[in-house]
Amino acid sequence: MIVELISSIFLIIGGVFLLVGSVGLFRLPDFYMRLHAPTKASTLGIGAILVASIIFFSFKEEGINIQEMLITLFIFLTAPITAHMLSKAALHVRLPTEPHTLNRDKVEQIRTRQAEPKD
Amino acid sequence: MLSYAAIFVSTLIGFSLLLNLWRFIKGPHMLDRIIALDTMYINAIALIILLGIFLETTLYYEGALLIAMLGFVSTSAVCKFILRGDIIE
Repeated sequence: MIVELISSIFLIIGGVFLLVGSVGLFRLPDFYMRLHAPTKASTLGIGAILVASIIFFSFKEEGINIQEMLITLFIFLTAPITAHMLSKAALHVRLPTEPHTLNRDKVEQIRTRQAEPKD
Repeated sequence: MLSYAAIFVSTLIGFSLLLNLWRFIKGPHMLDRIIALDTMYINAIALIILLGIFLETTLYYEGALLIAMLGFVSTSAVCKFILRGDIIE
């Protein structure tokens, strides 16, 4: 019973954070702002849901159920890599930023440094 | 109690999938569509985990792991295509 309560609390936390990430993706005005919502809030939400699943199945089947930890580890590793590649691609295709973004003049500097030849 | 929580959370995730689908259809640039698709992958993983909790079975974790891996590989492949114009150089 208490296990179900803890697991339900983690499930609801995870669902709310997933919804927050998607609302951020829906509402924010700029691609660079929109990149923040799914890579942080959605990762936290899926982590909370997987923690709820680990707690529930560990007590149900009497033994630590570690295979969900694999999904958690994989998502926590790959979300920053995805965000980095997306932001590099957005700088490469010169996506427009909001007019009141700070340090807009440094964008071109970052682009040219990244576009330098390797050798 | 856990089944009620699972139904409530799956409602939230369904709503967030609708928001992602809106961004996927409208998105001004292709990168917006990529990030909407990536978020839809994450929400689909959460739905599969919830189905596993609701039915009290551990059969579905391999499916969730497979979706996580395919989501990362497809996202990085399309990013590489936009960045370089080619996937495997």
